[in-house]
Amino acid sequence: MVMSQTSPAAIKAAPSALESAVSVRNVSKNYGDVQALRDLSLEFPKGELTSLLGPSGCGKTTLLKIIAGLLPQSSGQIEVDGKTVTGPGPDRAFVFQDFALLPWANVLRNVAFGLELRGVAQSEREAIAEKYIREVGLAGFEKKFPHQLSGGMRQRVGLARALSVDAQVLLLDEPFSAVDEQTRRKFQEDLLSLVENEKKTFIFVTHSIEEAVYVSDQIAILLPRPSRVSEIIRPTSFRGKGVDNIRRDSEYLDIVDEIWASLRSYVE
Amino acid sequence: MKNRPLFLKLLSAAVVFGAWEIAGRVPISYAFPTFLEAMTALAQMIFNGSIFVAYGETLKPLLLGISISAVIGIGVGLWIGLSTRFEWLFGPIFIVMQTAPLAALIPILVMVYGIGLTSKVFVVCIMAMPVIVLNTASAVRNTPASIKDMAKSFMAKDRDVLLKIIIPAASPIIFSGLRLGVSAGFIGAILSELKITPTGVGDIISYSRSIADYPSMYAAIFSIILLAVIFLNLLEKLENYLFEGNNRGYVSD
Repeated sequence: MVMSQTSPAAIKAAPSALESAVSVRNVSKNYGDVQALRDLSLEFPKGELTSLLGPSGCGKTTLLKIIAGLLPQSSGQIEVDGKTVTGPGPDRAFVFQDFALLPWANVLRNVAFGLELRGVAQSEREAIAEKYIREVGLAGFEKKFPHQLSGGMRQRVGLARALSVDAQVLLLDEPFSAVDEQTRRKFQEDLLSLVENEKKTFIFVTHSIEEAVYVSDQIAILLPRPSRVSEIIRPTSFRGKGVDNIRRDSEYLDIVDEIWASLRSYVE
Repeated sequence: MKNRPLFLKLLSAAVVFGAWEIAGRVPISYAFPTFLEAMTALAQMIFNGSIFVAYGETLKPLLLGISISAVIGIGVGLWIGLSTRFEWLFGPIFIVMQTAPLAALIPILVMVYGIGLTSKVFVVCIMAMPVIVLNTASAVRNTPASIKDMAKSFMAKDRDVLLKIIIPAASPIIFSGLRLGVSAGFIGAILSELKITPTGVGDIISYSRSIADYPSMYAAIFSIILLAVIFLNLLEKLENYLFEGNNRGYVSD
C-alpha cells in the first residue's frame, strides 16, 4: 500500500512507482463516427485490484474487452506483462456480467471449460476444477446444471472457471451486478481475500461507487464521451483494518463522497 | 407423482378414443368407422402381416428422406446461420419450398424423376427440409453473444466455438425444427404414395377407400400417426441424452 501524507482522503497515485501487470497506452476506440475511447492511458499494478468506475456509457466495459483481446482497439497499445496484446491469451481470464455459463453443461464441466478449450486432459482438468469449486464454496454442486443454481452460485461458477485457468490477470465485468444485495456483500468480502491470497492482478468494472471503494487498491474514474481517465484514487488507510470496519472508516466515506461529487454532473 | 404424466396421457388417449367411438356409433358419416372397428381392422392387418409388408415399402422413402433432410438441412442451416451471404442466397429458396403447394408440384417431379423411389424421397425432403434449415439458421444466428465471447476469451479455436458453443446452444431449436420436419416428412411420405404410385401404407389407404373398407383405411391412418408419435418421442429422448442440461423440465414427453 502506498502511504502518503498529502491528502487525508486519497492521493493521486504515481503509477510508475509500482510494477505494472497491464499497461494501456494511448488507446482509442471508434465505432464508426462515435469515439468511445480517446487516447486513454492507464497502468494496472501487479497483484492489486484496480476498479474502472464511471457513469454508464463511459466505455469501461469496452476498455475491459479491449484488454481481454475480445475487441480490437482503433489505435494505441495494450501490454500484459510486457507483451503486446493481439487477442485473447492464457495470461488473462474473464468473468462475465451475465455469467456466460453453458446451460447444457454441469458445474464441473463449466468450471473446467477454460481448461477443456486449452486441451487439458479430462481427469487433470476435472481435478483442477474440483479444487476451485471447493474454493468458491460450491462443493457438492458439481453435477448440478446452471438452471438449478441461484444467481450468486452461478457467478461463483464463473469465478471458479476464471481461476482454474490460472491466468495472471483476472478481468471482471460488473460481476456482481446481477446478484442480490446480500450475496453481493459476501462476494465483495470474498473478493478481498481472493486478491490477498491469489497474488493475481484484478481489473474490476463496476458502476457502484461503494463497491469500487470497498474492494479496490486503485480506482480509475472514467468520464464519458469520449472516455478518458479523469482521476486515479488510491485508498490508503482502511485496507488493513478488517472487512467489518471498512464501511465506517472515515477515509472510505470521504472517498465515496468525493467520487460522487465528481461524477454527479455526468449522471442524467 | 412420477406416474402422473403417464396417467394424464392415458386419460387424454381415453377421451380422444372415446369421442372417436361415439362419433363412429352415431354415426357422423357413413364413411367414418368406430374406434373399435378400426382397431379390429388394424389387428387383422397385423396378424396377416400385410401392415408390415406395407411399412417395408413406406419406410424406404420416409427414412431416406428424413435422414437426407436432417443431415443436409442442419448442414445448410448452419452455413446460412454463420454467413449472411448464404442467407441472402439460400434463405428464399427454403421459404419458397416451405410455402409451395406441394401436391401441385408432384407432376413436375414425376416428369423429371419418374414414379420410383427418387420422386418419393424428393417429396419427403421438400416437406421436411425447409423447417429444419430455417430453424437451424435462426438458432445459429441467435447464439448468445456472451457465451461466444466467453469461449473466445478462453482462446477457443473456431472449430471449438462451432462444436462446443454454437451447436449445443442452437440444439433446442434445431431439435424442434427436426420434430416439425419429421412430422412433415411423414405427411410427405403418405402424400407421395397417394399421388405418385400407390405403394405401402398409401396403397392400403387408397385401396381400402376404393372398396369402402373404411375401418382398414382409418386403421392405416391411425398406424402412421402412432408411428410418427413414437418416432418423435425417440427424437426427444435423443435430445435429452445429448444435451441434458438444456432440458428445463417443461419439455413434454
